[in-house]
Amino acid sequence: MLLEKVGSVMVVGGGIAGVQAALDLANSGYYVYLVERSGAIGGSMARLSKTYPTNDCSM
Amino acid sequence: MPLTSVDRIQGELGQFHVTLREHPRYVDSQKCIACGECAQNCPERVPDELNEGINERKAIFLQYAQAVPLKYQIDADHCQKLRSGKCGICEKICPAGAIRFDDIERLISLWVGSIILAPGHRTFDPSGVRTWGYDVFPNVVTSIEFERYLASSGPTEGKLVRPSDGKEVKRLAFLQCVGSRDYNKASHGYCSSVCCMTSLKEAMIALDQVEGLEVSIFFMDMRTHGKGFERYYERARSRGVRFHRCRVHSLEPANEQGDIYFRFITDEGKQAHGEFDLVVLSVGMEPSRQGVALAKSLGLHLSGDGFSVTSSFAPVRTSIPGIYICGTFSGPKDIPQSIIQASAAAAEAMIPLADARYSLTEQPEPAPGRDIRGEETRIGVFICHCGSNVASVIDVEALAEYAATLPQVAHVERSLFACSEDSQQILRDLIVEKKLNRVVVAACTPRTHEHLFQETLKSAGLNEYLFEMANIRNQVSWVHAANPEAATAKGRDILRMSVAKVALLEPLDPVTVTVNPQALVVGGGVAGMVAALGLAEQGFPVHLVEKSGQLGGNARHLFQTWRGEPIQDFVDQLVTRVKEHTLITVHMRGQVTQAEGFMGSYRSTITKPHCTTAMDHGVAIFAMGGQAYKPEEYSYGQSPRILTALEFDKLHLVGDERIKHGRDFVFIQCVGSRVPERPYCSRVCCTHSIQSAIALKDEEPGRNVYVLYRDIRSFGQREELYKKARELGVIFINYDLHQKPVVRVQDADLSVVAWDHVLHDPFSIRADVVVLAAAIVPHPEVRDLARIYRIPVDEDGFLQEAHVKLRPVDFASEGLFLAGLAHYPKPIEEVVSQALAAVARATTVLSNRRIELDSIKARVDDAACDACALCLDVCPYHAITMEPIADGEAKQRIRVNLTRCKGCGICQATCPKDAINVGGFTYRQLSAQVRAALS
Repeated sequence: MLLEKVGSVMVVGGGIAGVQAALDLANSGYYVYLVERSGAIGGSMARLSKTYPTNDCSM
Repeated sequence: MPLTSVDRIQGELGQFHVTLREHPRYVDSQKCIACGECAQNCPERVPDELNEGINERKAIFLQYAQAVPLKYQIDADHCQKLRSGKCGICEKICPAGAIRFDDIERLISLWVGSIILAPGHRTFDPSGVRTWGYDVFPNVVTSIEFERYLASSGPTEGKLVRPSDGKEVKRLAFLQCVGSRDYNKASHGYCSSVCCMTSLKEAMIALDQVEGLEVSIFFMDMRTHGKGFERYYERARSRGVRFHRCRVHSLEPANEQGDIYFRFITDEGKQAHGEFDLVVLSVGMEPSRQGVALAKSLGLHLSGDGFSVTSSFAPVRTSIPGIYICGTFSGPKDIPQSIIQASAAAAEAMIPLADARYSLTEQPEPAPGRDIRGEETRIGVFICHCGSNVASVIDVEALAEYAATLPQVAHVERSLFACSEDSQQILRDLIVEKKLNRVVVAACTPRTHEHLFQETLKSAGLNEYLFEMANIRNQVSWVHAANPEAATAKGRDILRMSVAKVALLEPLDPVTVTVNPQALVVGGGVAGMVAALGLAEQGFPVHLVEKSGQLGGNARHLFQTWRGEPIQDFVDQLVTRVKEHTLITVHMRGQVTQAEGFMGSYRSTITKPHCTTAMDHGVAIFAMGGQAYKPEEYSYGQSPRILTALEFDKLHLVGDERIKHGRDFVFIQCVGSRVPERPYCSRVCCTHSIQSAIALKDEEPGRNVYVLYRDIRSFGQREELYKKARELGVIFINYDLHQKPVVRVQDADLSVVAWDHVLHDPFSIRADVVVLAAAIVPHPEVRDLARIYRIPVDEDGFLQEAHVKLRPVDFASEGLFLAGLAHYPKPIEEVVSQALAAVARATTVLSNRRIELDSIKARVDDAACDACALCLDVCPYHAITMEPIADGEAKQRIRVNLTRCKGCGICQATCPKDAINVGGFTYRQLSAQVRAALS
């Protein structure tokens, strides 16, 4: 068993929520394992052409 | 870690042992260059999941064009070689030798300190329900399929044609609440929260694409309760989208051609019918199956619908310390809410691990890039097709040929998506290989993509400021789509200008600033207190400024959440924790009166009665809150029995006789909200009134309780309350903005006159108490603070975040963040989430010893400057000062504080000697660009 707390976080799910959580943690000094079931991150948002209310491109 | 699933989680907060299962990709990610040869030659066709199976992909495929990682994968269920040992074409053809048919599953073992679950949702499948005819009629599609028809990367490349015969769609219908708010056909009672806006958006995009398109939306309640949504709804109305408040019973074929026919009831209660070319089913959300399985294996609490259940006061915490949850898995929500929860989960995950920060990673060091002095100018031009966005209008081949003829251009490259990972690698390789020392990317807007390309330059060892973007999409192909020839000519002009400018660009040295680890939080309500505690618990000192003499803010007037959790206990605990925390200094009756600085180094002046203090801080979080609108309508103030919702709550709580002995109660919704003066929805009032109505009925079932509403917006799982209220006999009566109810006060008697839209007659309801669901309006302090920190407010007076969708807690000015009602009306769990999100975002700044700023700054040419000091007066950031050339000398010179300078260029425009220039925008560089435009 390790004695000290581990400075890494696992994020399960590579959709917009998982990606945002992973980025905030990585930019704050933690090692992040972003675990995604499919072959690429992006999740549901990657299927949207545009997003409301600004009609920005989802990519 | 793609193609990976979680096998087992053991251990506890700080030390979780995780076993992961990495599934075989059958393609070596290190070797695959994503050239696509394999997929082109693969003989096996499979329905493409990205496009909802509308078209086909191959058995070896890329999930989507911009996939990260951009690596092909083999679908083992369909690959002939993996199934029967035959074929193997891809292996023979792959130029990189990346195919690995012998790839195997691997178990990975990890130690992590905490875990965030964001497994997401899946969309409701309407198959099998005869009423909707989804799998019977080809021209009935789901909203996700429709989204793909509209997408330029979709199966029809964005052309809106119908599935059965490819005919252009002229009559389009959306049916709302398919798989939501429906126990009968879907066994889902909840509202999916996003579908109303999704349909509005799809309607608007479709209207842009097809001239003369007729769009009808069939709905129960239009739920446009988010920031900016109500205006969007109004825009859709003004563009002629027809709205019918009616649930459609069944769809039938209209004729042999594939048109769809159905009957419906008009707002006037008359029967009508319509024929449509295409019907879109606005499908709801369900929790992800894998998420449910994982949550169950961990023993997490799930609702009957399978969404995870959390407390409103700790909205991203699960029942296991160290495991957090975010996104649609904890209930249907839209993108900004998911992003807010994600940042909140990141905050919760990092707070207990503060001691272990940087134990496994290092802080990045600024890199100036290779020394290009003495090199001849070699420009690389990269032209992006942006899928079909650019290439369908501009002749990109001709543009590339033209680019090659421009002076000093050493290389020209085209790509389908310049932003994709493989294109970035190509750019990186070419910079090195072709010894490029200036780069132009002709693509979309620098607003979204400049940073990405600059990072690529950096990683190739080139200073990131030796870069120019030519916006040939927004400024050319989008606006001149009807005239490809002129568009191509304009593309040439813009490219020529960029090349002329880039040739004169010089490397800019990194500008760094030391980060002050203190934070300022303005507002001592729930949002401010949660934010202050989140930062203090990580070891960052916090100054919390509260204008009044008491902490707690608006939550002091609220008694329970929509789930019935007691708010006062939570607020009391927060107040105690804030007061007891040694790293939090509370400035009661304080006000920020002055501020200056920039991310990492702000100085704010806090004024309190009898004292003023200046305080240095690295970041600030604004949580000034909102306040209740004081109604001027509905005879408010003319009778002690006409109350606002908050007044009613208090009287109800203390057992006031007006309520205790009341028999007839009328709630009026949207008082001050969704009106021309305030065209936004206050988000919480429908649920609040329904909750009060239920309480009144629970106490005394014989009471008559009426709710006069425009649209009931009990979004998400709040829909349960709406159902319960109806079951208890609460009477809901719809009214229209043009026929608002009238409250009559006659001596001691109260009555409410409303319009019956079926009988076309007014009718009167006797009332003992009238409750007005008054709007939430921004706190007046919002405007003051916005002026002091130069941050924007929106049209309604709320703080304007950097991006409503993607940056919901940031400002465009870095180092400043927002949370709570100052941003938009919201319930308490969303306030807590947003405050935690602000903590995570602020920590990305505070956790760095120093941060790199933009290097675009004003620089003085001492030889040309005669120290006339004109630039001092015009600088809005007070970044320019005069100082003696040497100690004791009278002669002075101009100095620019690079951390304060924002590179706005006013000094440059003012200087009579051309002695002060902003890097990357010098006169020489800009005039070269202008000359190129005119040549």
